[in-house]
Amino acid sequence: MTTTPTTPAERELTERVHAALATGARPARPGAVATTLAFGWRGMLKIKHVPEQLLDVTVTPVMFLLMFTYLFGGAVAGSTGDYLQYILPGVLVQSVLFTAVYSGVTLNTDVTKGVVDRFRSLPVWRPAPLVGALLGDAVRYAIAGTVTVVLGVVMGFRPDEGVAGVVLGMLLVVVFAFALSWVFTTLGLLLRTPNAVLNAGFLGVFPLLFISNIFVDPATLPSWLEAFVDVNPIAHLVTATRELMDGGASAGDVGLVVAEAAVITAVFAPLTVRLYRRA
Amino acid sequence: MTTHAIEAEGLVKAFGTTRAVDGVDLRVPRGAVYGVLGPNGAGKTTTIRMLATLIRPDEGRARIMGRDVVREADAVRGLMSLTGQLASVDEDLTGRENLVLLARLLGFRGRGARARATELLDAFDLADAAERQVKHYSGGMRRRLDIAASLVVTPELLFLDEPTTGLDPRSRLVVWDIVRALVGEGTTVLLCTQYLDEADQLAARIAVIDHGRVIAEGTPGQLKASVGRAALRLRLLDPSDRPAAEEVLARVAGAQPVPDGDPAGLSVPVPDSGRAAAALSALDAAGVGVADFALGQPSLDEVFLAITGHHAEDEEADG
Ligand SMILES: Nc1ncnc2c1ncn2[C@@H]1O[C@H](COP(=O)(O)OP(=O)(O)OP(=O)(O)O)[C@@H](O)[C@H]1O
Ligand SMILES: [Mg+2]
Repeated sequence: MTTTPTTPAERELTERVHAALATGARPARPGAVATTLAFGWRGMLKIKHVPEQLLDVTVTPVMFLLMFTYLFGGAVAGSTGDYLQYILPGVLVQSVLFTAVYSGVTLNTDVTKGVVDRFRSLPVWRPAPLVGALLGDAVRYAIAGTVTVVLGVVMGFRPDEGVAGVVLGMLLVVVFAFALSWVFTTLGLLLRTPNAVLNAGFLGVFPLLFISNIFVDPATLPSWLEAFVDVNPIAHLVTATRELMDGGASAGDVGLVVAEAAVITAVFAPLTVRLYRRA
Repeated sequence: MTTHAIEAEGLVKAFGTTRAVDGVDLRVPRGAVYGVLGPNGAGKTTTIRMLATLIRPDEGRARIMGRDVVREADAVRGLMSLTGQLASVDEDLTGRENLVLLARLLGFRGRGARARATELLDAFDLADAAERQVKHYSGGMRRRLDIAASLVVTPELLFLDEPTTGLDPRSRLVVWDIVRALVGEGTTVLLCTQYLDEADQLAARIAVIDHGRVIAEGTPGQLKASVGRAALRLRLLDPSDRPAAEEVLARVAGAQPVPDGDPAGLSVPVPDSGRAAAALSALDAAGVGVADFALGQPSLDEVFLAITGHHAEDEEADG
Protein backbone atom coordinates (compact mmCIF):
# COMPACT_ATOMS: atom_id res chain seq x y z
CA MET A 1 0.00 0.00 0.00
CA THR A 2 2.58 2.54 -1.15
CA THR A 3 0.72 5.78 -0.91
CA THR A 4 2.52 8.68 -2.52
CA PRO A 5 3.72 11.26 -0.01
CA THR A 6 1.65 14.38 0.14
CA THR A 7 3.01 16.95 2.56
CA PRO A 8 6.24 18.78 1.68
CA ALA A 9 7.92 17.51 4.86
CA GLU A 10 7.04 13.97 3.91
CA ARG A 11 8.35 14.42 0.38
CA GLU A 12 11.59 15.84 1.71
CA LEU A 13 12.07 12.94 4.12
CA THR A 14 11.34 10.46 1.38
CA GLU A 15 13.92 12.12 -0.85
CA ARG A 16 16.58 12.07 1.83
CA VAL A 17 15.94 8.43 2.71
CA HIS A 18 16.00 7.66 -0.99
CA ALA A 19 19.35 9.42 -1.38
CA ALA A 20 20.84 7.62 1.62
CA LEU A 21 19.74 4.28 0.25
CA ALA A 22 20.78 4.92 -3.32
CA THR A 23 24.46 5.33 -2.33
CA GLY A 24 24.41 1.88 -0.79
CA ALA A 25 26.87 -0.09 -2.89
CA ARG A 26 27.65 -3.01 -0.64
CA PRO A 27 31.36 -3.14 0.27
CA ALA A 28 33.27 -6.43 0.41
CA ARG A 29 32.69 -8.44 3.53
CA PRO A 30 35.35 -7.70 6.18
CA GLY A 31 37.63 -10.44 7.48
CA ALA A 32 37.71 -11.88 10.98
CA VAL A 33 40.54 -9.59 12.10
CA ALA A 34 38.94 -6.36 10.86
CA THR A 35 35.65 -7.34 12.48
CA THR A 36 37.30 -8.23 15.79
CA LEU A 37 39.18 -4.94 15.78
CA ALA A 38 35.95 -3.04 15.17
CA PHE A 39 34.46 -4.66 18.27
CA GLY A 40 37.68 -3.88 20.14
CA TRP A 41 37.19 -0.26 19.14
CA ARG A 42 33.71 -0.42 20.65
CA GLY A 43 35.30 -1.61 23.91
CA MET A 44 37.60 1.42 23.90
CA LEU A 45 34.67 3.76 23.30
CA LYS A 46 32.98 2.20 26.33
CA ILE A 47 35.99 3.03 28.47
CA LYS A 48 35.76 6.61 27.22
CA HIS A 49 32.02 6.93 27.82
CA VAL A 50 31.67 4.86 31.00
CA PRO A 51 34.83 5.58 32.98
CA GLU A 52 32.98 4.91 36.25
CA GLN A 53 33.36 1.19 35.73
CA LEU A 54 37.12 1.47 35.56
CA LEU A 55 37.07 3.70 38.61
CA ASP A 56 35.04 1.16 40.59
CA VAL A 57 37.54 -1.57 40.04
CA THR A 58 40.65 0.51 40.63
CA VAL A 59 39.44 2.19 43.79
CA THR A 60 39.10 -1.12 45.62
CA PRO A 61 42.71 -2.25 45.08
CA VAL A 62 43.99 1.23 45.86
CA MET A 63 42.12 1.09 49.16
CA PHE A 64 43.44 -2.39 49.87
CA LEU A 65 46.96 -1.32 49.09
CA LEU A 66 46.80 1.66 51.43
CA MET A 67 44.87 -0.08 54.20
CA PHE A 68 46.79 -3.32 54.29
CA THR A 69 50.19 -1.69 53.95
CA TYR A 70 49.73 0.84 56.71
CA LEU A 71 47.35 -1.05 59.03
CA PHE A 72 48.77 -4.55 58.93
CA GLY A 73 52.23 -4.05 57.46
CA GLY A 74 53.85 -3.63 60.88
CA ALA A 75 52.00 -6.54 62.42
CA VAL A 76 52.28 -9.03 59.55
CA ALA A 77 55.72 -8.33 58.14
CA GLY A 78 57.42 -6.24 60.77
CA SER A 79 57.57 -3.13 58.59
CA THR A 80 55.24 -1.41 56.14
CA GLY A 81 57.99 -1.25 53.53
CA ASP A 82 58.60 -4.99 53.56
CA TYR A 83 54.91 -5.72 53.51
CA LEU A 84 54.31 -3.45 50.51
CA GLN A 85 57.10 -5.28 48.72
CA TYR A 86 55.27 -8.53 49.49
CA ILE A 87 51.67 -7.63 48.68
CA LEU A 88 51.98 -5.37 45.64
CA PRO A 89 52.12 -8.11 42.98
CA GLY A 90 49.12 -9.75 44.64
CA VAL A 91 47.13 -6.53 44.75
CA LEU A 92 47.94 -6.09 41.08
CA VAL A 93 46.42 -9.52 40.44
CA GLN A 94 43.42 -8.59 42.55
CA SER A 95 42.71 -5.33 40.75
CA VAL A 96 42.95 -6.90 37.33
CA LEU A 97 40.77 -9.90 38.22
CA PHE A 98 38.06 -7.62 39.64
CA THR A 99 38.06 -5.85 36.28
CA ALA A 100 37.62 -9.20 34.54
CA VAL A 101 34.27 -9.74 36.29
CA TYR A 102 32.98 -6.77 34.32
CA SER A 103 33.55 -8.60 31.03
CA GLY A 104 30.63 -10.82 32.02
CA VAL A 105 28.56 -7.91 33.26
CA THR A 106 29.04 -6.00 30.00
CA LEU A 107 28.10 -9.00 27.89
CA ASN A 108 24.98 -9.62 29.96
CA THR A 109 24.01 -5.96 29.57
CA ASP A 110 24.37 -6.31 25.79
CA VAL A 111 22.11 -9.36 25.81
CA THR A 112 19.42 -7.85 28.03
CA LYS A 113 19.40 -4.55 26.12
CA GLY A 114 19.08 -6.21 22.72
CA VAL A 115 22.37 -5.02 21.18
CA VAL A 116 23.51 -8.61 20.82
CA ASP A 117 20.53 -9.34 18.58
CA ARG A 118 21.81 -6.88 16.06
CA PHE A 119 25.39 -8.16 16.22
CA ARG A 120 24.21 -11.72 15.81
CA SER A 121 22.11 -10.82 12.79
CA LEU A 122 25.14 -9.46 10.93
CA PRO A 123 27.07 -11.52 8.40
CA VAL A 124 30.32 -11.44 10.38
CA TRP A 125 32.72 -13.93 11.93
CA ARG A 126 30.62 -15.23 14.81
CA PRO A 127 33.01 -15.02 17.79
CA ALA A 128 34.14 -11.50 16.76
CA PRO A 129 31.92 -9.58 19.22
CA LEU A 130 33.24 -11.71 22.08
CA VAL A 131 36.90 -11.68 21.16
CA GLY A 132 36.77 -7.99 20.28
CA ALA A 133 35.16 -7.10 23.60
CA LEU A 134 37.82 -9.04 25.47
CA LEU A 135 40.54 -7.21 23.56
CA GLY A 136 38.99 -3.96 24.74
CA ASP A 137 38.89 -5.43 28.23
CA ALA A 138 42.60 -6.25 28.05
CA VAL A 139 43.19 -2.53 27.71
CA ARG A 140 41.16 -1.98 30.86
CA TYR A 141 43.20 -4.60 32.67
CA ALA A 142 46.37 -2.81 31.64
CA ILE A 143 45.00 0.49 32.98
CA ALA A 144 43.89 -1.04 36.29
CA GLY A 145 47.27 -2.77 36.64
CA THR A 146 49.21 0.38 35.85
CA VAL A 147 47.28 2.40 38.44
CA THR A 148 48.13 -0.20 41.09
CA VAL A 149 51.81 -0.41 40.21
CA VAL A 150 52.26 3.36 39.97
CA LEU A 151 50.65 3.85 43.36
CA GLY A 152 52.87 1.12 44.75
CA VAL A 153 56.00 2.79 43.41
CA VAL A 154 54.90 6.11 44.90
CA MET A 155 54.46 4.35 48.25
CA GLY A 156 57.94 2.86 48.02
CA PHE A 157 57.63 -0.39 46.05
CA ARG A 158 61.05 -1.18 44.57
CA PRO A 159 61.00 -4.38 42.48
CA ASP A 160 64.38 -6.11 42.10
CA GLU A 161 63.77 -6.94 38.47
CA GLY A 162 63.09 -3.32 37.55
CA VAL A 163 60.86 -2.08 34.77
CA ALA A 164 61.30 -5.18 32.62
CA GLY A 165 60.21 -7.44 35.48
CA VAL A 166 57.15 -5.31 36.21
CA VAL A 167 56.13 -5.29 32.55
CA LEU A 168 56.51 -9.06 32.29
CA GLY A 169 54.55 -9.53 35.50
CA MET A 170 51.75 -7.33 34.24
CA LEU A 171 51.72 -9.15 30.94
CA LEU A 172 51.30 -12.47 32.71
CA VAL A 173 48.44 -11.08 34.80
CA VAL A 174 46.69 -9.68 31.72
CA VAL A 175 47.05 -13.01 29.89
CA PHE A 176 45.56 -14.86 32.85
CA ALA A 177 42.75 -12.32 33.22
CA PHE A 178 41.96 -12.66 29.51
CA ALA A 179 41.56 -16.40 30.06
CA LEU A 180 39.53 -16.00 33.24
CA SER A 181 37.19 -13.48 31.62
CA TRP A 182 35.84 -16.34 29.46
CA VAL A 183 34.50 -17.79 32.72
CA PHE A 184 32.72 -14.53 33.43
CA THR A 185 31.34 -14.23 29.90
CA THR A 186 29.95 -17.75 30.30
CA LEU A 187 28.36 -16.61 33.53
CA GLY A 188 27.16 -13.47 31.73
CA LEU A 189 25.23 -15.61 29.27
CA LEU A 190 23.82 -17.99 31.86
CA LEU A 191 22.47 -15.49 34.38
CA ARG A 192 19.52 -13.20 33.83
CA THR A 193 20.65 -9.75 34.91
CA PRO A 194 23.91 -7.78 34.91
CA ASN A 195 23.65 -7.49 38.69
CA ALA A 196 23.39 -11.22 39.15
CA VAL A 197 26.56 -11.61 37.10
CA LEU A 198 28.33 -9.00 39.20
CA ASN A 199 27.33 -10.67 42.46
CA ALA A 200 28.09 -14.20 41.34
CA GLY A 201 31.39 -13.07 39.85
CA PHE A 202 32.58 -11.35 43.00
CA LEU A 203 31.30 -14.17 45.16
CA GLY A 204 33.42 -16.53 43.10
CA VAL A 205 36.63 -14.52 43.02
CA PHE A 206 36.63 -13.26 46.61
CA PRO A 207 37.51 -16.56 48.32
CA LEU A 208 40.01 -17.38 45.60
CA LEU A 209 41.70 -14.03 46.10
CA PHE A 210 41.69 -14.06 49.89
CA ILE A 211 42.52 -17.70 50.49
CA SER A 212 45.73 -17.26 48.58
CA ASN A 213 49.20 -15.92 49.15
CA ILE A 214 48.33 -12.29 48.36
CA PHE A 215 48.21 -10.98 51.91
CA VAL A 216 49.85 -13.65 54.07
CA ASP A 217 52.50 -16.30 53.77
CA PRO A 218 50.52 -19.53 53.40
CA ALA A 219 52.99 -21.27 55.73
CA THR A 220 51.27 -19.43 58.60
CA LEU A 221 47.84 -20.91 57.71
CA PRO A 222 46.20 -24.05 59.15
CA SER A 223 47.22 -26.99 57.01
CA TRP A 224 43.83 -27.51 55.35
CA LEU A 225 43.81 -23.87 54.18
CA GLU A 226 47.38 -24.15 53.05
CA ALA A 227 46.39 -27.16 51.00
CA PHE A 228 43.74 -25.04 49.28
CA VAL A 229 46.23 -22.28 48.54
CA ASP A 230 48.57 -24.85 47.02
CA VAL A 231 46.01 -25.73 44.34
CA ASN A 232 44.51 -22.25 43.92
CA PRO A 233 45.41 -21.03 40.40
CA ILE A 234 45.28 -17.45 41.59
CA ALA A 235 47.96 -18.25 44.15
CA HIS A 236 50.04 -19.71 41.34
CA LEU A 237 49.57 -16.51 39.39
CA VAL A 238 50.58 -14.40 42.39
CA THR A 239 53.69 -16.50 42.96
CA ALA A 240 54.79 -16.23 39.33
CA THR A 241 54.07 -12.49 39.18
CA ARG A 242 55.98 -11.91 42.38
CA GLU A 243 58.93 -13.81 41.00
CA LEU A 244 58.88 -11.96 37.71
CA MET A 245 58.85 -8.60 39.48
CA ASP A 246 60.98 -9.29 42.48
CA GLY A 247 63.36 -12.01 41.41
CA GLY A 248 63.53 -15.79 41.34
CA ALA A 249 61.26 -16.49 38.37
CA SER A 250 61.25 -20.10 37.26
CA ALA A 251 60.03 -21.50 34.01
CA GLY A 252 58.00 -24.01 36.00
CA ASP A 253 56.00 -21.42 37.94
CA VAL A 254 55.35 -19.19 34.93
CA GLY A 255 54.65 -22.20 32.75
CA LEU A 256 52.08 -23.51 35.22
CA VAL A 257 50.16 -20.21 35.04
CA VAL A 258 50.26 -20.15 31.25
CA ALA A 259 49.06 -23.76 31.16
CA GLU A 260 46.20 -22.99 33.56
CA ALA A 261 45.22 -19.99 31.43
CA ALA A 262 45.24 -22.21 28.36
CA VAL A 263 43.03 -24.83 30.01
CA ILE A 264 40.53 -22.23 31.24
CA THR A 265 40.35 -20.72 27.76
CA ALA A 266 40.02 -24.10 26.08
CA VAL A 267 37.03 -24.95 28.26
CA PHE A 268 35.23 -21.65 28.63
CA ALA A 269 35.83 -19.88 25.31
CA PRO A 270 34.01 -22.55 23.27
CA LEU A 271 31.32 -22.69 25.95
CA THR A 272 30.80 -18.93 25.74
CA VAL A 273 30.67 -19.04 21.94
CA ARG A 274 28.10 -21.83 22.04
CA LEU A 275 25.90 -20.05 24.55
CA TYR A 276 26.26 -16.83 22.58
CA ARG A 277 24.95 -18.48 19.43
CA ARG A 278 21.67 -19.18 21.11
CA ALA A 279 21.52 -16.18 23.46
CA MET B 1 11.13 -13.30 -9.54
CA THR B 2 9.05 -16.19 -8.43
CA THR B 3 10.57 -16.87 -5.02
CA HIS B 4 8.98 -15.14 -2.10
CA ALA B 5 10.90 -12.91 0.29
CA ILE B 6 9.88 -15.23 3.10
CA GLU B 7 8.49 -18.73 2.95
CA ALA B 8 7.88 -20.40 6.29
CA GLU B 9 6.22 -23.73 6.88
CA GLY B 10 5.13 -25.10 10.20
CA LEU B 11 7.49 -23.05 12.37
CA VAL B 12 7.42 -24.15 16.01
CA LYS B 13 9.34 -22.79 18.97
CA ALA B 14 8.67 -23.79 22.55
CA PHE B 15 10.14 -22.33 25.73
CA GLY B 16 9.64 -24.98 28.36
CA THR B 17 5.96 -25.75 28.22
CA THR B 18 5.00 -22.52 26.41
CA ARG B 19 4.58 -23.08 22.71
CA ALA B 20 5.49 -19.49 21.80
CA VAL B 21 5.18 -20.25 18.09
CA ASP B 22 2.96 -23.18 17.29
CA GLY B 23 3.00 -23.94 13.58
CA VAL B 24 3.31 -20.67 11.69
CA ASP B 25 3.12 -20.62 7.91
CA LEU B 26 3.99 -17.43 6.05
CA ARG B 27 4.39 -16.50 2.40
CA VAL B 28 5.63 -12.96 2.10
CA PRO B 29 5.78 -11.52 -1.42
CA ARG B 30 8.70 -9.31 -2.38
CA GLY B 31 8.73 -5.55 -2.53
CA ALA B 32 5.95 -4.66 -0.11
CA VAL B 33 5.19 -4.34 3.57
CA TYR B 34 3.86 -7.51 5.12
CA GLY B 35 2.18 -6.94 8.47
CA VAL B 36 2.21 -9.42 11.33
CA LEU B 37 -0.49 -8.39 13.73
CA GLY B 38 -1.08 -9.81 17.17
CA PRO B 39 -1.48 -8.98 20.85
CA ASN B 40 1.19 -9.24 23.58
CA GLY B 41 2.67 -12.70 23.78
CA ALA B 42 1.22 -13.84 20.44
CA GLY B 43 4.63 -15.01 19.24
CA LYS B 44 5.55 -12.17 16.87
CA THR B 45 9.03 -11.56 18.23
CA THR B 46 9.80 -15.25 18.48
CA THR B 47 8.78 -15.70 14.83
CA ILE B 48 11.01 -12.81 13.73
CA ARG B 49 13.92 -14.17 15.76
CA MET B 50 13.65 -17.50 13.98
CA LEU B 51 13.45 -15.85 10.57
CA ALA B 52 16.41 -13.59 11.38
CA THR B 53 18.57 -16.63 12.32
CA LEU B 54 18.80 -15.64 16.00
CA ILE B 55 17.13 -18.79 17.28
CA ARG B 56 16.63 -22.18 15.68
CA PRO B 57 13.11 -23.39 15.05
CA ASP B 58 12.21 -26.56 16.95
CA GLU B 59 10.18 -27.70 13.96
CA GLY B 60 9.38 -26.50 10.49
CA ARG B 61 11.54 -24.61 8.07
CA ALA B 62 11.86 -21.16 6.58
CA ARG B 63 13.57 -19.59 3.64
CA ILE B 64 14.54 -15.97 3.08
CA MET B 65 14.86 -15.14 -0.64
CA GLY B 66 15.13 -18.87 -1.21
CA ARG B 67 17.89 -19.41 1.41
CA ASP B 68 17.30 -21.70 4.36
CA VAL B 69 17.48 -19.89 7.71
CA VAL B 70 19.20 -22.80 9.45
CA ARG B 71 21.43 -24.37 6.80
CA GLU B 72 22.31 -21.13 5.01
CA ALA B 73 22.15 -18.80 8.01
CA ASP B 74 25.18 -16.82 6.96
CA ALA B 75 23.80 -16.11 3.50
CA VAL B 76 20.49 -15.08 5.08
CA ARG B 77 22.31 -12.63 7.35
CA GLY B 78 23.75 -11.00 4.27
CA LEU B 79 20.27 -10.40 2.86
CA MET B 80 18.37 -8.99 5.80
CA SER B 81 18.54 -6.43 8.60
CA LEU B 82 16.80 -6.52 11.94
CA THR B 83 15.40 -3.67 13.97
CA GLY B 84 14.40 -5.48 17.12
CA GLN B 85 11.68 -4.70 19.59
CA LEU B 86 14.28 -3.56 22.12
CA ALA B 87 16.29 -0.70 20.66
CA SER B 88 19.28 -2.66 19.37
CA VAL B 89 21.77 0.20 19.48
CA ASP B 90 24.44 0.78 22.10
CA GLU B 91 23.16 3.33 24.60
CA ASP B 92 26.60 4.24 25.90
CA LEU B 93 27.89 5.21 22.46
CA THR B 94 26.93 8.30 20.47
CA GLY B 95 24.65 8.03 17.47
CA ARG B 96 27.57 8.53 15.13
CA GLU B 97 29.71 5.91 16.87
CA ASN B 98 26.92 3.38 16.60
CA LEU B 99 26.64 3.89 12.85
CA VAL B 100 30.40 3.96 12.28
CA LEU B 101 30.71 0.69 14.18
CA LEU B 102 28.08 -0.97 12.02
CA ALA B 103 29.58 0.46 8.86
CA ARG B 104 32.95 -1.01 9.83
CA LEU B 105 31.35 -4.36 10.63
CA LEU B 106 29.75 -4.37 7.19
CA GLY B 107 32.99 -3.71 5.37
CA PHE B 108 33.31 0.07 5.09
CA ARG B 109 36.78 1.23 6.07
CA GLY B 110 38.02 4.31 7.92
CA ARG B 111 36.88 7.35 6.01
CA GLY B 112 34.22 5.39 4.09
CA ALA B 113 32.62 4.26 7.36
CA ARG B 114 32.54 7.80 8.70
CA ALA B 115 31.07 9.13 5.47
CA ARG B 116 28.34 6.48 5.48
CA ALA B 117 27.46 7.37 9.08
CA THR B 118 27.19 11.04 8.18
CA GLU B 119 24.88 10.28 5.23
CA LEU B 120 22.55 8.28 7.43
CA LEU B 121 22.57 10.81 10.26
CA ASP B 122 21.58 13.51 7.77
CA ALA B 123 18.91 11.39 6.12
CA PHE B 124 17.27 10.50 9.42
CA ASP B 125 17.42 13.97 10.90
CA LEU B 126 19.94 13.04 13.57
CA ALA B 127 22.84 15.26 12.54
CA ASP B 128 22.33 17.60 15.51
CA ALA B 129 22.33 14.73 17.98
CA ALA B 130 25.16 12.81 16.32
CA GLU B 131 27.72 13.40 19.07
CA ARG B 132 25.33 12.72 21.95
CA GLN B 133 25.16 9.39 23.77
CA VAL B 134 22.10 7.40 22.70
CA LYS B 135 20.90 7.10 26.31
CA HIS B 136 20.05 10.80 26.11
CA TYR B 137 17.95 10.38 22.94
CA SER B 138 14.17 10.61 22.86
CA GLY B 139 12.19 7.49 21.94
CA GLY B 140 11.61 8.74 18.40
CA MET B 141 15.29 9.58 17.83
CA ARG B 142 16.34 6.20 19.16
CA ARG B 143 13.96 4.44 16.78
CA ARG B 144 15.20 6.45 13.82
CA LEU B 145 18.79 5.61 14.73
CA ASP B 146 17.83 1.98 15.12
CA ILE B 147 16.27 1.93 11.67
CA ALA B 148 19.22 3.85 10.19
CA ALA B 149 21.51 1.21 11.72
CA SER B 150 19.60 -1.42 9.75
CA LEU B 151 20.16 0.46 6.50
CA VAL B 152 23.94 0.90 6.54
CA VAL B 153 23.86 -1.41 3.58
CA THR B 154 20.46 -1.60 1.91
CA PRO B 155 18.94 -4.95 2.87
CA GLU B 156 16.70 -7.00 0.62
CA LEU B 157 14.50 -7.65 3.62
CA LEU B 158 14.01 -5.57 6.75
CA PHE B 159 12.44 -6.91 9.93
CA LEU B 160 10.75 -4.22 12.00
CA ASP B 161 9.47 -5.41 15.37
CA GLU B 162 6.91 -2.97 16.76
CA PRO B 163 8.72 0.10 15.43
CA THR B 164 6.22 2.62 16.75
CA THR B 165 5.25 1.20 20.14
CA GLY B 166 5.72 3.97 22.69
CA LEU B 167 6.20 6.75 20.13
CA ASP B 168 4.17 9.94 20.03
CA PRO B 169 1.87 10.42 17.00
CA ARG B 170 4.32 12.66 15.14
CA SER B 171 7.29 10.31 15.52
CA ARG B 172 5.00 7.51 14.50
CA LEU B 173 4.17 9.24 11.22
CA VAL B 174 7.87 9.81 10.54
CA VAL B 175 8.57 6.10 10.98
CA TRP B 176 5.68 5.29 8.65
CA ASP B 177 7.11 7.65 6.03
CA ILE B 178 10.50 5.99 6.32
CA VAL B 179 8.94 2.58 5.82
CA ARG B 180 7.08 3.80 2.74
CA ALA B 181 10.26 5.34 1.32
CA LEU B 182 12.09 2.05 1.85
CA VAL B 183 9.49 -0.01 0.12
CA GLY B 184 9.57 2.52 -2.71
CA GLU B 185 13.23 1.51 -3.13
CA GLY B 186 12.34 -2.15 -3.45
CA THR B 187 13.07 -3.42 0.06
CA THR B 188 10.64 -5.94 1.49
CA VAL B 189 9.55 -5.11 5.06
CA LEU B 190 8.16 -7.54 7.60
CA LEU B 191 6.42 -5.35 10.16
CA CYS B 192 5.21 -6.70 13.49
CA THR B 193 2.67 -4.56 15.24
CA GLN B 194 -0.10 -4.56 17.78
CA TYR B 195 -1.93 -1.78 15.94
CA LEU B 196 -4.44 -2.51 13.23
CA ASP B 197 -4.25 1.04 11.90
CA GLU B 198 -0.48 0.72 11.46
CA ALA B 199 -0.82 -2.51 9.51
CA ASP B 200 -3.70 -0.95 7.62
CA GLN B 201 -1.68 2.14 6.68
CA LEU B 202 1.45 0.32 5.59
CA ALA B 203 0.89 -3.31 4.80
CA ALA B 204 -0.16 -4.85 1.49
CA ARG B 205 -1.00 -8.07 3.30
CA ILE B 206 -1.46 -8.95 6.94
CA ALA B 207 -1.17 -12.14 8.96
CA VAL B 208 -3.01 -12.06 12.27
CA ILE B 209 -1.38 -14.27 14.86
CA ASP B 210 -2.58 -15.39 18.25
CA HIS B 211 -1.25 -18.09 20.58
CA GLY B 212 1.56 -18.78 18.14
CA ARG B 213 -0.68 -19.51 15.16
CA VAL B 214 -1.74 -17.58 12.09
CA ILE B 215 -5.48 -17.23 12.52
CA ALA B 216 -6.21 -15.02 9.53
CA GLU B 217 -4.35 -13.79 6.48
CA GLY B 218 -5.19 -11.41 3.69
CA THR B 219 -5.22 -7.84 2.50
CA PRO B 220 -6.33 -5.22 5.03
CA GLY B 221 -9.59 -4.91 3.10
CA GLN B 222 -10.29 -8.64 3.30
CA LEU B 223 -9.56 -8.69 7.02
CA LYS B 224 -11.80 -5.78 7.75
CA ALA B 225 -14.54 -7.25 5.66
CA SER B 226 -14.28 -10.42 7.73
CA VAL B 227 -14.79 -8.35 10.85
CA GLY B 228 -17.76 -6.49 9.55
CA ARG B 229 -18.37 -3.06 8.28
CA ALA B 230 -17.34 0.20 9.85
CA ALA B 231 -19.82 1.79 12.22
CA LEU B 232 -21.21 5.31 12.46
CA ARG B 233 -21.32 6.23 16.13
CA LEU B 234 -23.23 9.30 17.18
CA ARG B 235 -24.56 11.13 20.18
CA LEU B 236 -27.84 13.04 20.06
CA LEU B 237 -28.35 16.54 21.41
CA ASP B 238 -31.62 15.41 22.97
CA PRO B 239 -32.01 11.79 24.16
CA SER B 240 -35.77 11.98 23.59
CA ASP B 241 -35.07 12.16 19.81
CA ARG B 242 -33.88 8.60 20.01
CA PRO B 243 -36.86 6.77 18.47
CA ALA B 244 -36.92 9.23 15.55
CA ALA B 245 -33.18 8.85 15.04
CA GLU B 246 -33.40 5.07 15.07
CA GLU B 247 -36.13 5.13 12.49
CA VAL B 248 -34.15 7.44 10.15
CA LEU B 249 -30.91 5.47 10.53
CA ALA B 250 -32.59 2.12 9.93
CA ARG B 251 -34.07 3.47 6.72
CA VAL B 252 -30.93 5.16 5.32
CA ALA B 253 -28.19 2.82 6.50
CA GLY B 254 -30.22 -0.30 5.92
CA ALA B 255 -29.28 -1.83 9.25
CA GLN B 256 -30.71 -1.76 12.74
CA PRO B 257 -29.03 0.86 15.01
CA VAL B 258 -27.79 -0.42 18.34
CA PRO B 259 -27.80 1.61 21.54
CA ASP B 260 -24.62 2.01 23.53
CA GLY B 261 -24.15 2.78 27.24
CA ASP B 262 -24.93 6.47 26.82
CA PRO B 263 -28.72 7.22 26.69
CA ALA B 264 -28.03 9.72 23.90
CA GLY B 265 -25.63 7.44 22.03
CA LEU B 266 -26.21 4.91 19.27
CA SER B 267 -24.29 3.32 16.48
CA VAL B 268 -25.18 1.81 13.14
CA PRO B 269 -23.08 -0.31 10.74
CA VAL B 270 -22.46 1.48 7.43
CA PRO B 271 -20.81 0.12 4.29
CA ASP B 272 -18.88 3.30 3.47
CA SER B 273 -18.44 6.98 4.33
CA GLY B 274 -20.95 8.03 1.63
CA ARG B 275 -23.72 6.17 3.39
CA ALA B 276 -22.65 7.68 6.70
CA ALA B 277 -22.88 11.18 5.24
CA ALA B 278 -26.30 10.39 3.81
CA ALA B 279 -27.44 9.16 7.21
CA LEU B 280 -26.25 12.37 8.87
CA SER B 281 -28.01 14.63 6.38
CA ALA B 282 -31.20 12.56 6.71
CA LEU B 283 -31.07 13.11 10.47
CA ASP B 284 -30.57 16.80 9.87
CA ALA B 285 -33.53 16.89 7.46
CA ALA B 286 -35.66 15.08 10.06
CA GLY B 287 -34.75 17.75 12.62
CA VAL B 288 -32.74 15.42 14.88
CA GLY B 289 -29.82 17.33 16.43
CA VAL B 290 -26.50 15.49 16.58
CA ALA B 291 -23.98 16.52 19.28
CA ASP B 292 -21.07 14.59 17.76
CA PHE B 293 -20.36 11.64 15.52
CA ALA B 294 -17.51 9.42 14.45
CA LEU B 295 -17.01 6.91 11.68
CA GLY B 296 -15.16 4.09 13.38
CA GLN B 297 -12.85 1.56 11.78
CA PRO B 298 -13.02 -1.83 13.39
CA SER B 299 -10.38 -1.89 16.12
CA LEU B 300 -7.81 -4.62 16.63
CA ASP B 301 -9.95 -5.81 19.47
CA GLU B 302 -12.93 -6.12 17.16
CA VAL B 303 -10.81 -8.06 14.67
CA PHE B 304 -9.82 -10.38 17.45
CA LEU B 305 -13.26 -10.72 18.79
CA ALA B 306 -14.54 -11.57 15.34
CA ILE B 307 -11.81 -14.05 14.44
CA THR B 308 -11.05 -15.71 17.75
CA GLY B 309 -14.12 -15.07 19.81
CA HIS B 310 -12.05 -13.54 22.57
CA HIS B 311 -10.77 -10.04 23.28
CA ALA B 312 -7.12 -9.18 22.65
CA GLU B 313 -6.87 -8.03 26.29
CA ASP B 314 -7.72 -11.49 27.56
CA GLU B 315 -4.14 -12.46 26.72
CA GLU B 316 -1.59 -12.36 29.49
CA ALA B 317 -0.79 -8.68 29.47
CA ASP B 318 2.84 -9.01 30.56
CA GLY B 319 4.51 -10.27 27.35
N1 LIG C 1 13.33 -16.53 25.88
C1 LIG C 1 12.13 -16.90 26.32
N2 LIG C 1 11.99 -17.76 27.35
C2 LIG C 1 10.79 -18.15 27.79
N3 LIG C 1 9.63 -17.73 27.27
C3 LIG C 1 9.67 -16.88 26.24
C4 LIG C 1 10.92 -16.41 25.71
N4 LIG C 1 10.66 -15.57 24.68
C5 LIG C 1 9.32 -15.51 24.58
N5 LIG C 1 8.72 -16.28 25.50
C6 LIG C 1 7.26 -16.50 25.65
O1 LIG C 1 6.74 -16.84 24.39
C7 LIG C 1 5.51 -16.19 24.16
C8 LIG C 1 5.57 -15.37 22.89
O2 LIG C 1 6.47 -14.30 23.08
P1 LIG C 1 6.84 -13.24 21.96
O3 LIG C 1 7.84 -12.33 22.55
O4 LIG C 1 7.19 -13.93 20.71
O5 LIG C 1 5.46 -12.48 21.76
P2 LIG C 1 5.16 -11.11 21.00
O6 LIG C 1 4.04 -11.40 20.09
O7 LIG C 1 6.39 -10.56 20.41
O8 LIG C 1 4.62 -10.20 22.17
P3 LIG C 1 4.83 -8.62 22.45
O9 LIG C 1 3.78 -7.92 21.67
O10 LIG C 1 4.60 -8.49 23.90
O11 LIG C 1 6.21 -8.27 22.03
C9 LIG C 1 5.22 -15.38 25.42
O12 LIG C 1 4.36 -16.15 26.22
C10 LIG C 1 6.56 -15.22 26.06
O13 LIG C 1 6.44 -15.11 27.45
MG1 LIG D 1 7.43 -8.87 20.67
